[in-house]
Amino acid sequence: MKVTIIDYGAGNIFSVQSALRRLGVEPILTDDKATLFTADKIILPGVGEAAYAMEQLRKRDLVEFIPTLTQPLMGICLGMQLLCNHTDEGNVECLGIIPTNVKRFPSDAGVKIPHVGWNSISGVTSPIMEGVESGSYLYFVHSYYAELCEWSIAECNYALPFAAALGKDNFYGCQFHPEKSALVGEKILDNFLKLTI
Amino acid sequence: MALAKRIIPCLDVKDGRCVKGVNFQNLVDAGDIVELATRYSEQGADELVFLDITASYDKRETEQSWVRSVAEVLNIPFTVGGGISSEKQVELLLKQGADKVSVNSAAIRNPELITRIAKEFGSQCVVVAIDAKREDKPFGTYRAGDWQLYVQGGRKPVGMELMSWAKQAEELGAGEILFTSMDHDGTNNGFAIEQYDRLSNSLSIPIIASGGAGSAQHIVELFQNSGADAALAAGIFHRGEVTIAQVKQLMINAGIYARF
Repeated sequence: MKVTIIDYGAGNIFSVQSALRRLGVEPILTDDKATLFTADKIILPGVGEAAYAMEQLRKRDLVEFIPTLTQPLMGICLGMQLLCNHTDEGNVECLGIIPTNVKRFPSDAGVKIPHVGWNSISGVTSPIMEGVESGSYLYFVHSYYAELCEWSIAECNYALPFAAALGKDNFYGCQFHPEKSALVGEKILDNFLKLTI
Repeated sequence: MALAKRIIPCLDVKDGRCVKGVNFQNLVDAGDIVELATRYSEQGADELVFLDITASYDKRETEQSWVRSVAEVLNIPFTVGGGISSEKQVELLLKQGADKVSVNSAAIRNPELITRIAKEFGSQCVVVAIDAKREDKPFGTYRAGDWQLYVQGGRKPVGMELMSWAKQAEELGAGEILFTSMDHDGTNNGFAIEQYDRLSNSLSIPIIASGGAGSAQHIVELFQNSGADAALAAGIFHRGEVTIAQVKQLMINAGIYARF
């Protein structure tokens, strides 16, 4: 199986690589469209600031290309947010694949921002969440969240309910870091690798 | 649902080995960094902090190969600090498997660094580490009893005060504050609880408490009596006096939320 990680200078690729290796897969790091086009699975990682990340994707001519992919793709953390329509972080248009928007956690809600740490998820559906129970704890670290929508496949609550994971057609996103969420995270990555379309 | 209070073992690294001192001095060997990281990850640590404690003093960058060797065995979040003074270094460390970086001396010399890292990698990536001690005498414009910042592994006072710097760091874009009380570090007598309570009441970003954990009960007391979000400890875990699972069991018994 050919698993690729989109390499667009947005950090944290090593952790995802290590997690995939633990699952017996040696991922290919690339920003080459032909390599991505022929991959079986694609991961869009992301740590950092949304406007900067979009600029990096644009530099590599990937903004129009990614939405045309048909194999399973998983965005992680910022990578998930980039699949959405728009983010308030840097006020930029994202890839527009999953019709929801990304907002900043309200500063007046009495919670600390960023949302850093282990939080539980509920409302779990979708093949990539198979075997993951509602109430499982996953590792989050983010200041912006995707609004709940028809495509939410897991919810989390921090000041307000938000999308912990999204799934639409062949596109998936996890706000949490499966590669940093111990055994539960590994299960989700394993489910993703086993998807067949 | 409340977030779990985090238990964070810390590796103070010198010459590629984990070391432990008392009040930042008299460093002794505490074990192999990869063995310790593996052990803590398996025991249920919520995060691991790695501080290259002599990088700043030696005027060199955080040692990448040490970071990588630890990151390879971890499936939990990983924070790296020591000698970080540029965005370029941050990028390299993230590529070696770090999830967050901790900045200390360089941020004091050049506060704008916090903003630049936050801008490029997100504020959640920037932990501002602060080492300070309570002064018996006035310093700068501050009074006796205020807490003064030190840099270079606790060797050098800088004339700045804990609370005002922590607030400034938050305004500049820090995602978390890791405050080590030099008065408590390595003493095994418990945390500087009052200071963590002041910090968590004054700031809206998470506070990691460090310095003084001598027992699981000290960690419970920290969470019961302050708004600290995480407890960092080194010696009690390195010496095998208590396991992370034991700490969490005691926290749960005390009604403190912990991830098991």
